[in-house]
Amino acid sequence: MKKRAKFGVGIGVIVVSLVFLAWLGYGESKTYYHTIAELPNLHGAAAAHRMRVGGTVEPGTIRRLSGRVDFVLEGEGKTLPVSYTGSDPLPDTFVDKSQALVEGSLAPDGRFVAERVQAKCASKYEAAPGGKLAPASAAASSTQNSGM
Amino acid sequence: MDLFGSFALILAFICAVYAFVGGIFAIRTRHPLLVKSTRQAGIATCVLIFLGTFSLEYLFFSDDFSVAYVVAHSNRDLSTFYKVAALWSGQEGSLLFWSFLLAIYIFSTLMVYRNKNGELMPYVGVVLAGVQIFFLTLNNFVASPFKALATPGAHGAMNLVARADGNGLNGLLQYPEMVIHPPNLYSGYTGFTIPFAFALGALLARYPGEKWIHLTRKWTMIAWGFQSAGILLGAHWAYAVLGWGGYWAWDPVENASLLPWLTGTAFLHSVMMQEKRGMMKVWNVWLVFITFLLCITGTFLTRSGIVASVHAFAQSSIGNWFLGFICVILVVCLVAYFKNRDYLASENQLDSMVSRESSFLFNNLILLVSCIAVLSGTLFPVFSEWLSGSRISVGAPFFNKVNIPIGLLLLFLTGVGPLLAWRKTSAESLKRNFAWPLAFGLAGGVAAFALGYRQFYSLICLTLCAFVAATITSEFYRGAKVIRARSGASFLASGIDLTLRNTRRYGGYIVHMGMVLIFIGLAGVAFNRDVQKDMQPGSTMQIGSYTLLLQSMDSKPEKNYTADRMNVEVLRNNKQLMMLYPERRRFNVDQPSGTMVAIYSTLKEDLYVVYAGESPDTQMPVIHAYLNPLVKWIWFGGAVVVLGTLVALLPNRKSVLVLSAVAQTSPQAIGGQQLAQPFQPTPAMREGHD
Repeated sequence: MKKRAKFGVGIGVIVVSLVFLAWLGYGESKTYYHTIAELPNLHGAAAAHRMRVGGTVEPGTIRRLSGRVDFVLEGEGKTLPVSYTGSDPLPDTFVDKSQALVEGSLAPDGRFVAERVQAKCASKYEAAPGGKLAPASAAASSTQNSGM
Repeated sequence: MDLFGSFALILAFICAVYAFVGGIFAIRTRHPLLVKSTRQAGIATCVLIFLGTFSLEYLFFSDDFSVAYVVAHSNRDLSTFYKVAALWSGQEGSLLFWSFLLAIYIFSTLMVYRNKNGELMPYVGVVLAGVQIFFLTLNNFVASPFKALATPGAHGAMNLVARADGNGLNGLLQYPEMVIHPPNLYSGYTGFTIPFAFALGALLARYPGEKWIHLTRKWTMIAWGFQSAGILLGAHWAYAVLGWGGYWAWDPVENASLLPWLTGTAFLHSVMMQEKRGMMKVWNVWLVFITFLLCITGTFLTRSGIVASVHAFAQSSIGNWFLGFICVILVVCLVAYFKNRDYLASENQLDSMVSRESSFLFNNLILLVSCIAVLSGTLFPVFSEWLSGSRISVGAPFFNKVNIPIGLLLLFLTGVGPLLAWRKTSAESLKRNFAWPLAFGLAGGVAAFALGYRQFYSLICLTLCAFVAATITSEFYRGAKVIRARSGASFLASGIDLTLRNTRRYGGYIVHMGMVLIFIGLAGVAFNRDVQKDMQPGSTMQIGSYTLLLQSMDSKPEKNYTADRMNVEVLRNNKQLMMLYPERRRFNVDQPSGTMVAIYSTLKEDLYVVYAGESPDTQMPVIHAYLNPLVKWIWFGGAVVVLGTLVALLPNRKSVLVLSAVAQTSPQAIGGQQLAQPFQPTPAMREGHD
């Protein structure tokens, strides 16, 4: 039984330290998904989180300014002004009416400051039997990835 | 041809159902004719799937734009090479391709064992047919690739239409790696079905002994080799094509491919415990079950779009089918286990902390912890939505924080494990076996520090790499020395002879060496640098010791796309080195453009130059340059891993009985570490599977 206990301790130490590291990593990288409609209802800490918001780029709203790109995301009838401040060029799939996923945080004035923009091209449709229009395999691309 | 294809798939479905139902009756009645006919139905299923797949490929080659799948994934100008790859570039075709590869495995299994293992094979056949039924259901009734292109007409009637040309293959997929990466990865995913079927079959049949492990060893290695190659080819594709300077982003689909690899690796190691010591029987059975479940889960994650990913296709209902299938497998496995668990009792207990067994045990444990961490991180958005209502995702820091220490621990065990004896290792043998490798490892660490690799994890990683490389080399050296003493051949010839006499053991060491090389590459990540600059012809930028000079830009029309190219001259220390041509490709059909990264790769570092697009401010072209140390070692290590797997698959050249006899008399023999203890070679040991 003594051997078992030794094993238990060894395994326990490994698992506990890994769980601790996982918890650290979780705190560092957690990102909340929100819909545009939810944003005005967030207060306090919830409004300061790092988050991801998805929507459709409103046609004609993309303005390229020095150091940032402004545009308006639309979803569920609500709109959200976004400023993209990242350094990477925007993906080619980012155009009017494309579906975009922005990652960043809310500024106090209600504007969303995005560090990262993912866009999906929704321009391609294939006629599916049954008469429904289904988006064909849409390639998503993004401004930057983090990882290894 | 589309009718022929769908007909073949329907027939395949019927044959699979017969093989399944008939197989169950065959097990019940033991009627030899029924056993034979169900086996032949299994073979017929595979042949029909081959025919179905070939007819879809024929539709691509004959540019048949009346078929929806062909329209969506091909066009007339697409080259032959990519018309082959178009088969698996979308949902329906990928699923058919899954069935196709599975059919190759099943066909080979049924043929190889057609006159052997009569007690076990009917059970295996039933499990295999069950898996095939699921995929054929998808191929036939949920996501058929043979649907005709149609537009809705008046009164809901469908009008068949044919197009003059197709939409073309997704530009991101038009790269050589994308032609070989999916087949490799899918061959890994599907390959684990075979050990799964044998494990479940043996459990249901209460098949005696470790026979199922011996039978499936090679199949598991084949699947594992494909999975490893597939993961690395995918990483290389991401590196060379996506143009963000890295090769692994902890994307859900990348993670999905890693999960069965982790448990599969654990299984390859823990089976040795069962073969040698009769331990870990329950564990092994469950590792195979879980590996197979993770393969299906991986396919589910890719296909369902449940977690947002670059790879995920349009959200679809197909996820429910997969969820259902996963539940069915889980229930079947649980029932089979609880009904037959007495048959899996362990024969031995763990003797010591410092033994081969315990190193395997820790290896398995941390591989499993890594698997759980990656799985929970990947599914975190789904779970957090269930539990708290808000969808939360975790990113790279989470995965890195957990997996880097795990990786280093595994690397350490890779060096230590083979030097420990079974049961118990004495202090002297530890000293004798570890003194040199330890010194070599420390020397490696000092060298890495001197060369400037001064980051905590990287330094530990490089130290361990030197240590493990030394232990592996010493294993080869000691074995070769014995053979050399007997035959008088050169060291190299003796080493090769040694490897061929016990391919599994020394092939395994070659795989370990490949992993060491991969870890050297991974240690470089901490030192990646990048610079981004708006450029115009004549301007320069500096990264590390390199200067990049944009000479000019041009535009070159190709068959299927137009390439906007930068001509970049590279100078090192103001001396002309070479030209690089980063590219942006605009495809002729309506598609997003793609990047073609230009890489100057050396063992020391990669100079990675991306034409990143036009600057939003100045409309000038942007170069994003990266300096990534040691990346090349990863691809090189991957090749060594595959080589090692191939060596391990070779049959042993001579009977190792001879070798074991030598080992008993000579204390310096191969695997001298085992001889630190007086021992009686068991029959398994004499087979030479170490």
